[in-house]
Amino acid sequence: MTETLDELARGLAGVLPPGAVITDPVRLRTYECDGLTHHRAVPGIVVLPESAEQIAAVVRLCNEYGVPFVARGAGTGLSGGALPRADGVLVVTAKMRRILQVDLADRRAVVEPGVTNLAITEAVREHGYYYAPDPSSQQVCTIGGNVAENSGGAHCLKYGFTVNHVLALEIVTPDGDIVTLDADDPGYDLLGAFVGSEGTLGITTKVTVRLSRAPETVTTLLAAFGSIEQGGQAVSAIIGAGVVPAAIEMMDALAIAAAEAAVACGYPAGAGAVLIVELDGPAAEVAHQFAEVERICRDNGAFELRTAAGPQERAAVWKGRRSAFAAVGRISPAYIVQDGVVPRTALPDVLASIDRLSAEYGIRVANVFHAGDGNLHPLVLFDDAEPGAEERAGLVSGRILDLCVEHGGSITGEHGVGVDKSRYMPKMFTDDDLDTMQLVRCAFDPRGLSNPGKVFPTPRLCGEVPGVRRGVHPLVESGRAEQF
Amino acid sequence: MDPELINDCVHCGFCLPSCPTYVLWGEEMDSPRGRIHLMKQHVEGTPVTDEMAGHFDACLGCMACVTACPSGVRYDRLIEQTRAVVEREHVREPADRALRELVFQLFPHPRRLRAMRVPLRLSAGLRRRIAPRLERVNPSLAAMADLAPDPVKRVRLPRRVEAVGRRRATVGMLTGCVQGEFFPQVNAATARVLAMEGCDVVIPPSQGCCGALSLHSGRPGQARRFARRTIAAFDRAGVDTIVVNAAGCGSTMKEYADLLDGVWAERAREIRTVDLAEYLAELGPVARRHPLPLTVAYHDACHLAHAQGVRSQPRELLTAIPDLELREIAESAICCGSAGTYNLFQPEAARELGDRKAERVLATGADLLVSANPGCTMQITSAIRRSGAAPIPVAHTAQVLDASIRGLGRVA
Repeated sequence: MTETLDELARGLAGVLPPGAVITDPVRLRTYECDGLTHHRAVPGIVVLPESAEQIAAVVRLCNEYGVPFVARGAGTGLSGGALPRADGVLVVTAKMRRILQVDLADRRAVVEPGVTNLAITEAVREHGYYYAPDPSSQQVCTIGGNVAENSGGAHCLKYGFTVNHVLALEIVTPDGDIVTLDADDPGYDLLGAFVGSEGTLGITTKVTVRLSRAPETVTTLLAAFGSIEQGGQAVSAIIGAGVVPAAIEMMDALAIAAAEAAVACGYPAGAGAVLIVELDGPAAEVAHQFAEVERICRDNGAFELRTAAGPQERAAVWKGRRSAFAAVGRISPAYIVQDGVVPRTALPDVLASIDRLSAEYGIRVANVFHAGDGNLHPLVLFDDAEPGAEERAGLVSGRILDLCVEHGGSITGEHGVGVDKSRYMPKMFTDDDLDTMQLVRCAFDPRGLSNPGKVFPTPRLCGEVPGVRRGVHPLVESGRAEQF
Repeated sequence: MDPELINDCVHCGFCLPSCPTYVLWGEEMDSPRGRIHLMKQHVEGTPVTDEMAGHFDACLGCMACVTACPSGVRYDRLIEQTRAVVEREHVREPADRALRELVFQLFPHPRRLRAMRVPLRLSAGLRRRIAPRLERVNPSLAAMADLAPDPVKRVRLPRRVEAVGRRRATVGMLTGCVQGEFFPQVNAATARVLAMEGCDVVIPPSQGCCGALSLHSGRPGQARRFARRTIAAFDRAGVDTIVVNAAGCGSTMKEYADLLDGVWAERAREIRTVDLAEYLAELGPVARRHPLPLTVAYHDACHLAHAQGVRSQPRELLTAIPDLELREIAESAICCGSAGTYNLFQPEAARELGDRKAERVLATGADLLVSANPGCTMQITSAIRRSGAAPIPVAHTAQVLDASIRGLGRVA
């Protein structure tokens, strides 16, 4: 550890509870990566604060020493957004997991950032409410991380992403102030800017979420198709018919095989693709839409349709889908989870191209996706013991993103850019676009201490220079920007 | 620590909320994912440091993470191997060593446990009074003083209990160490229920400890010795099915074939170990159930629910009793903190988990708590006593069934 970090660690111990500053190298290493394991960095220091005031004190000390800091919740992110800095402090919010307030009359709850996504729903379920965004990792991922990544999930097709369900945030700014951003505040939508900023604009310390009324009826349909193309056509036809299901999820044969191996979900044998369509709302509406969806599925070649009767059968249908990512561990020693978006209509084309890529590089690709909004999650499988396999998988994974951009889509649907995809940002944005984004970043974090090295491809402007910034910012100097 | 098993972990973190120590502390090193990372560090050359050993010791071995893991990581195997490495390579503090020696010289030996009965009975009041003061001197000794139940009258079980009515099966029965010495009434009820359901029950007197305690504490050598002796005892008795009423013992005995090698592994494969509830559910009832107007909270013992996957059977057996209402305990998948010897070696964490469990058990408002593991029974009883709440009686599934079949109207 450097002298600066040494000194900083002593300072941190003064503002945090006993045992909340970790400097032991063996312990530090357990924090070297999040859910994306091929990016690793052993953090210089790990701190486990228990309140906003403690986080603010940590951030102020980091400022004093010019040391960068990175926030982390449960460490389940899939873009390396919480990748630590060897020269920095990792601020872990896992101990801040109190549900501070539940206000059913106003349909809101106030929670600490370390509360898991599912814990919010569990706290209000008995009253007929839930928290809508539902990432597949909802039982473990934290709401603080959801805010940073603007996390989505299967049901975001109908209900929207995290940003649509956060009403207010208390944050610690990159210079250590505790401020509140409220959706009801007039003026610029700073809350909207903060959600999805991947830790580059500060650390969330308190989240006010919207609670949604549980729908009167939920019907889940599992449809098996001979091929992924048929499934894709069915998806387009359903949306085209004006039906907005709560979720439409698709899995291809390889993903089904993995899920079967892991959780024995019992999907129809011989399916080239399965579609999970969930409809919710008033009973009459759901019944009507259900008939429509069933007809469309059959018209597009579904050879088996199953309807989940109760919550248990529904859970059984979803079990395969929810476990799909980790389940791939059963059929492959290693894999890369990709996250990209294409227009729904381009689905068949893009999937065919992915198939060709897979054959060309000799790398298997399992497909799991939120088909309703064209959000692909190709799982690129490889054997890390085989020389060169990881590189080939990386190439395939990157080429898939090229496909997404070429078809007018995006390099990420919900996992975020993090460290993993920062290099793809120039494929989507011009230098001017990126500079403009960095102006926002600089307004919040002029010294570039809050999660540096993420989102943006190269250290540009003020944002990415670690340490104390000296002199006037070039954009300010040229009169193109004002710092406030 | 098998690197292949370590590599099965994809670092997804789905295990975190299932892990009792992560639930308590929220620290990566005290989560299954973090511990696997520590194992990896060790395999890659990092020696077992005090810190590392501490995080392994803090694992309860409850296997909730095995249930939660979508990638099928065999954390159970990994922690078993790791504990053996820690025992081999890590030098513990003298006081810690002495305590471990005491525990392993006492618990797996029914005769020595029996010798403790009289002093335990005489000291019941005193032990509870001095426990808080002992706490400051040695928390482990305090935990022992507080946890040990007041011994009830010894029950001598015959070598063979004849089936009532038509004989449907012949089974062996494990009496266990703690179960046999501290909860003989559970064994008596188990034998009666099996007999009333048409089983000849063979109870070899030469059986001893099954080895679970040793295996879960990194002493595979001692565990293998106990395992061979257990197999031999039941072989001699001529039974090929052993019914076990203690979750921890059952889970270890089901793995005998993997623990042992060669001819002993073969012999282990020829014997089927089955949990009592699992066996009764499979056999189907013949004895008539009389009403028991009771509300019952059923506690999932980790070594039954997570290790053996036995969750629905005990619930089905209980709900089949007329007038009995079953209530679920919140967070039922989280360990009560007993975990074999855990509450003796890690008394602080065990107490926190015990308090958490007691709170949730009491919240059910049930008349009776049913637990199928003697360790859990002692742990939860002691936590409820500590909370100052009115004590809630605790019984084994076997005792509830026994009371219903015999028409006692209440659980003895």
